[in-house]
Amino acid sequence: MQFFLEVLIGGLLSGVMYSLVALGFVLIFKASGVFNFAQGAMVFFAALSLVGCMEKGAPLWLAFILAFGIMTLLGIATEKFVLRKMVNQPPISLFMATIGLAFFIEGLAPLLWGNAVRRLDIGLVDEPIPWILEHWNMVISKFDLVAAGLALALVAVLALFFQYTRVGRALRAVADDHQAALSIGIPLQHIWALVWAVAGFVALVAGMLWGARNGVQFALTFTALKALPVLILGGFTSVPGAIVGGLIIGGTEKLAEIYIPPVMSGIFGGNFGGIEGWFPYVMALLFLLVRPEGLFGEKHIDRV
Amino acid sequence: MARKIGEVILDLRHISLSFGGVKALTDISFDVREHEIRAIIGPNGAGKSSMLNVINGVYRPQQGEIIFQGEHRKDMDTHAAAAAGIARTFQNIALFKGMTVLDNLMTGRNLKMRCNFLQHALWWGPAQREELEHRRKVEEIIDFLEIEHIRKTPVGRLPYGLQKRVELGRALAAEPKMLLLDEPMAGMNVEEKQDMCRFILDVNDQFGTTIVLIEHDMGVVMDISDRVVVLDYGRKIADGTPDEVKNDPEVIAAYLGTQH
Repeated sequence: MQFFLEVLIGGLLSGVMYSLVALGFVLIFKASGVFNFAQGAMVFFAALSLVGCMEKGAPLWLAFILAFGIMTLLGIATEKFVLRKMVNQPPISLFMATIGLAFFIEGLAPLLWGNAVRRLDIGLVDEPIPWILEHWNMVISKFDLVAAGLALALVAVLALFFQYTRVGRALRAVADDHQAALSIGIPLQHIWALVWAVAGFVALVAGMLWGARNGVQFALTFTALKALPVLILGGFTSVPGAIVGGLIIGGTEKLAEIYIPPVMSGIFGGNFGGIEGWFPYVMALLFLLVRPEGLFGEKHIDRV
Repeated sequence: MARKIGEVILDLRHISLSFGGVKALTDISFDVREHEIRAIIGPNGAGKSSMLNVINGVYRPQQGEIIFQGEHRKDMDTHAAAAAGIARTFQNIALFKGMTVLDNLMTGRNLKMRCNFLQHALWWGPAQREELEHRRKVEEIIDFLEIEHIRKTPVGRLPYGLQKRVELGRALAAEPKMLLLDEPMAGMNVEEKQDMCRFILDVNDQFGTTIVLIEHDMGVVMDISDRVVVLDYGRKIADGTPDEVKNDPEVIAAYLGTQH
């Protein structure tokens, strides 16, 4: 039982890290109805900018602010040079534009900061918390706990922001209908620049945490792939959905990794490892059959 | 009648608009006076919607001049038009379908809100007061349009006639000087049409809002409008009171066809 809990908690905590990446997708999707293919690239770019600033001698807090500045500029530039030309275009065109953007950012990042794998030290160590180890005899990583706390706080703030503020309402309005939003005087440009800057901020936090754990490298762009099943479970338009989806994926994939192989080996013989790698996608696939809009997504009602 | 028709509020001069080789509007001039109900009619494809789109800045005409409240412009842009007090509804309803009626109307007040986004994000003193104040105004409009019972319903679930009414509500939430209505009664049954007529007349009467509307139902148009402009193939063929327009030979020809 203790071991089960340990695995589960470890899984849930790492799931929150997936949520963080998924959150970036949700933000852009909510504000423009577009799946932002470049989110993974943004995570990578943000982490590289952070490390780059630190290598130039900036302390962590300053580097964080500078990196946020860079991400904001990137957001504003994206609005100005890519999105502004594409108001009222069908979502698929915008989606294609984000694919182009992803390649652009992936090329720009090494050009600015070099392409070596970097270590990122944010003063958090990935080691068990002694108190928990002593009292409950469980290995819970301090790093995971703090990371999860950060992610949860961010999600809570964003969820409230979307639901209850004027800007949040304007964002939802823009996502729903560009033309109507313009007609009531919502400044589309500001809203898009804002949301891309916020998505940049989320990418920065995600990049910082993932980078501190796995090193800052090109592979960070693939964290985006981990966010996909989370999005399918939670729904593309729901901030709380991203967190719940992340928890479910994180928890189940770790449990599957530990408990399925012995059973499978018992039946078929041989060695069953690496279930963690594909299990979330199978979950997502099954989920799509049952509830395609996700747990918290908006159900679309079309009149025939 | 309390309302009286005032000075010219919107003056359109020699407006021409084309898309590539297609001429949507050719040299159209007309004006709209304060507090009046001005109808734009014409057969399908006559350029009525294009005309509205020029007024609120969705389309930018290649030629002509737009004078709104004494301010001369070559063209409008949507944000400037909204800020200047022009609100509109669309031929194919353009509501925020996933959001509730209340939220839809609140977005309509977006331009009236003064606090910045940080204050709103923190739900801080003035922002909170502001939000409540706007909420009160929105509730008044909800009462006015008799949609209290669907306040919290997502708009996508409402029947068509009610959606049209909510869209009118969103436009009203901005407390506009001028309201552009693109076929406000299209697809409605007789009863819904009567309701909508009543609301349009009440808006005009109680709030003094100037109204420019496009409508196909001739009975309605002739009943409620003060002046009518008639377009055909992107040209203006008649302009005047309903009675004048009704008896204009060119208008009759456009609607019924001519004898050859």
